[in-house]
Amino acid sequence: MVIALVLVLTLGTLLAVLWRAEGVGGLGRAEWAAIRFTVLQAILSAAASVVLAIPVARALSRRRFRGRSVLITLLGAPFILPVIVAVMGLLAVFGRNGLLNDAISMAGGDRISIYGLGGVVLAHVFFNLPLAVRMILQGWIAIPAERFRLVVSLGASVSAMLERPMLRAVLPGAFMAIFLICLTSFAVALVLGGGPKATTVELAIYQAVRFDFDLGRAALLAAVQFGLSIIAALAAWFITVPEGFGAGLDRVLPRWDGASLWERSCDALAIALAAAFLILPLSMVVIKGMIGLSDLPASVWPAIARSVSVAAVSTALTITAAVLLSMRGGRAVGVASALPLAASSLVVGTGLFVVVQPMFNPGKLALLVTALMNALMALPFALRVIAPAFERVEADYGRLADSIGLKGWARVRISVLPRIRKPLGFAAGLAAALSMGDLGVIALFATSDQQTLPLLMYQLMGSYRTDAASGAALVLLSLSLCAFWIFDRGGRADADA
Amino acid sequence: MLMLENLNVRQGDFHLTANVGFAAGQITALIGPSGAGKSTILSVIAGFYQAEGQVLWRGEPITDLRPDQRPVSILFQDNNLFPHLTVSQNVGLALRASLRLTRDEPRRVDEMLASVGLSGMGARKPAALSGGQQSRAALARLLLQDRPVILLDEPFAALGPGLKQEMLTLVRERALTDNRVVLMVTHDPQDALVAADQIALVDEGQLFAPLPAREVMDNPPDVLQRYLGTSS
Amino acid sequence: MKTTLTHVAGLCFVATGAIAETSTLTIYTYDGFNSEWGPGPQIEANFEAECACDLEFVAAGDGAAVLSRLKLEGANTDADIVLGLDTNLTADAAATGLFAASGVTAAYDLPIEWSDDTFVPFDWGYFAFVAGKDVEAPTNFRELAASDLKIVIQDPRSSTPGLGLVLWIEAAYGDEAGSIWADLADNIVTVTPGWSEAYGLFLEGEADAVLSYTTSPAYHLIAEGDDSKTSWAFEEGHYMQVEVAAKVASTDVPELADAFLAFMTTEGFQSVIPTTNWMYPAVTPAVGLPEGFETLVTPSTALLLSSEDAAAKSGPAIDAWRAALAQ
Repeated sequence: MVIALVLVLTLGTLLAVLWRAEGVGGLGRAEWAAIRFTVLQAILSAAASVVLAIPVARALSRRRFRGRSVLITLLGAPFILPVIVAVMGLLAVFGRNGLLNDAISMAGGDRISIYGLGGVVLAHVFFNLPLAVRMILQGWIAIPAERFRLVVSLGASVSAMLERPMLRAVLPGAFMAIFLICLTSFAVALVLGGGPKATTVELAIYQAVRFDFDLGRAALLAAVQFGLSIIAALAAWFITVPEGFGAGLDRVLPRWDGASLWERSCDALAIALAAAFLILPLSMVVIKGMIGLSDLPASVWPAIARSVSVAAVSTALTITAAVLLSMRGGRAVGVASALPLAASSLVVGTGLFVVVQPMFNPGKLALLVTALMNALMALPFALRVIAPAFERVEADYGRLADSIGLKGWARVRISVLPRIRKPLGFAAGLAAALSMGDLGVIALFATSDQQTLPLLMYQLMGSYRTDAASGAALVLLSLSLCAFWIFDRGGRADADA
Repeated sequence: MLMLENLNVRQGDFHLTANVGFAAGQITALIGPSGAGKSTILSVIAGFYQAEGQVLWRGEPITDLRPDQRPVSILFQDNNLFPHLTVSQNVGLALRASLRLTRDEPRRVDEMLASVGLSGMGARKPAALSGGQQSRAALARLLLQDRPVILLDEPFAALGPGLKQEMLTLVRERALTDNRVVLMVTHDPQDALVAADQIALVDEGQLFAPLPAREVMDNPPDVLQRYLGTSS
Repeated sequence: MKTTLTHVAGLCFVATGAIAETSTLTIYTYDGFNSEWGPGPQIEANFEAECACDLEFVAAGDGAAVLSRLKLEGANTDADIVLGLDTNLTADAAATGLFAASGVTAAYDLPIEWSDDTFVPFDWGYFAFVAGKDVEAPTNFRELAASDLKIVIQDPRSSTPGLGLVLWIEAAYGDEAGSIWADLADNIVTVTPGWSEAYGLFLEGEADAVLSYTTSPAYHLIAEGDDSKTSWAFEEGHYMQVEVAAKVASTDVPELADAFLAFMTTEGFQSVIPTTNWMYPAVTPAVGLPEGFETLVTPSTALLLSSEDAAAKSGPAIDAWRAALAQ
């Protein structure tokens, strides 16, 4: 049932768009260029994120310091940030008029430009470095402490005996996961791309649908995007993707290596640079937003109410779907955790529109459709958190539940849910935050009296009101983080004590 | 009488056959080297593992039944209690898997807890109990389920020798009745000798017919000698 | 409690479409038009005061997206009027056969002749680069290309100003357009999908100038009391944007639609435009333009391709733009 819905929403909508299209041509030079650029930037972004994450994860795995757990929590922030808000923050630091360039020009250097491939990769690293750090850190933490003791007592090299084999196992999966996420990138390339040479496939789809009304080309490009993602997902399948979303990274390994001053300084530098890279842009969003708060129009309140309702509904849908799919297990989980990542949200939205419009006025369903779409897009991430936890509980207590005759929903309620509260809370937080910040299809369906907060922010930007837009961005950032925090917190309340 | 008729388990290189019966009113210990398939046999009887052949209870095949429909209760090596439920809830699962107990059922749970020496501990979470108390709670649930075939997959292995002895005694006193079959897996011949009436050996891909415990120990067959390391 | 719940439910998913005792006129328009600060709300009030009807604006992205939405819906659309296309889109729009002639005419204050009887103009402006007054202004595209000045522009494949710029250079330079673009390439900081992102980047100081309208400085002057912004006057002339509205052929309220299009050329509509849409009204109101508009740059020459020319030339012009910038 859930899997059917996922299939309809991803592949079905593509077919709907295709059905509505008047003929499908081939791919022109511009489309091929977009495909090449998309793959290139995804490879570079994934490689840079993973390589830069190694020293940071290593430092976090073996150092204990004040604020370590706060930093690890903050590592989750960029991922749930509304893209356009993050881009504004990045520009405030790395833009032509940003902090970095001010510093360079004060030092007498020439201002540098981040627009183009460099900017796209920079922004993707900003979003995905934390994810890479979490995945690699998990690998480090999973090395049993006894092994470290053994290697040290044998006088062997920790790096050769333990770290390199662990990295060899973890890095390919981390690379593929981030590659997949960057493949469907849209808004980042929109602003930071620098020109037509930085067109991604998703951007080309946007242009085909919104400007040229060439649905055939849009559907074809969406199919290409599916193809690319499915190849990547299959590759990732063979390599197995490590878990990067789970909680429980608070543990520090007792280590006997890495005590030299040189190593200590390297770790300190890695942590400091990563923290600055992640926190500076966030702080700039906050500072600029504070100035704009007083300029916010009254319509921000209903927009907040709508965004929160949409996020609540979408979170409920995501979690329900993830739990139902985890109950089923097997191939369904694999399909549902890959397909939505590969789908073009614009094609899904247009497809839904084509299907819905002959029956109702799509404007009346705008918020419901938005909640549904956001739920679909958050599903892969929620599943990655929930499905393995579900499996672990079933492995530990499944036979006990069988022997007692716990079945169906009662089994989930009594045996599983209480044991997966932490991942459940984490996944719900993720889903709520992702939904809160997503502009999504609301732009395609909404009438002007149904603005969500991201839409309001765009409209403020479009009406010369940049300060108020910064204020809205701050509100959006706070709401996203709050939503994440509330759910994540709720899940952490210990069930076993 | 619990019958294993032409059971045939295959999994990769692993291969095990069984064609034996277990009489009611007796505790039978399954012993054998690790990896021989002792736990696998319990899993087949409990319905967690599919095998060729039949499992018969009082002449009726139960092979096609789901685990909860079989006349079987089982205790595992660990994970016998849900850590997020209280002791009472854990025991109450034996009566209602939905945990929606009817009016007099909570009283039955309390009585059972008292009878295994856990009066007043029903409101605690398992983590607040000692290892021995946890085993008693698990046993209480098993007794309340009141099924005729009881399978013990080394549930007391983690306990100290004294506590283990205590639990085995409790099993003999409370669980063993004239119409029950009790099978326990152990790798410790001493346990088998003390707690069991008869011993069935699992080795070299086969479950051998049970023999009286004393007889086995006094005059061990070759395979058992090899396992015990007593052959020269 | 119950009322709160109903209220929340209302906010959530049920658009509170008032039960129509009177007939409803549905107008598809671009986002900015019906924002809180756009002309929409005031025009709605003014028209409803005289029509005894219910006017409903539906915002659907920018001008091109509005047309895409209409094409997607075809004859099944709820729209009675589409408002906010520009002359670069009208040929394409007319070819769909989804629009009907209205017969509305007026004494337009446009720098060009207007003779189309399907599309009724409601405002217009000149594209221009908007910059700070402290920046030395180039006087034509060649001078801009030779300078170190940094500009941010919009993508012609996703935004109407972006397309306007491509046609501007096409109209001014014809066959040389490609080489102008090649020379401009190193001045372009980035190309954004829409006007909002570009203007936002400019205000953040990411570029010296942004492609916008000669009327943009009026916003800063009138709404913010900030006179530091100006627009560059180019000797080649400035390409114009004329924004139009038209009646959808499948409308169920054709008389009401005609009445609105006629109303569009009168005071009740036109007087709202200058300080909400920040464009020149198609018919200057009796009181004249608001104070501050007289400070704006007035181009010497108005450039505008006919809608047929624009439709025919935009494809090749965009290809030339892409080829020059993709080097």
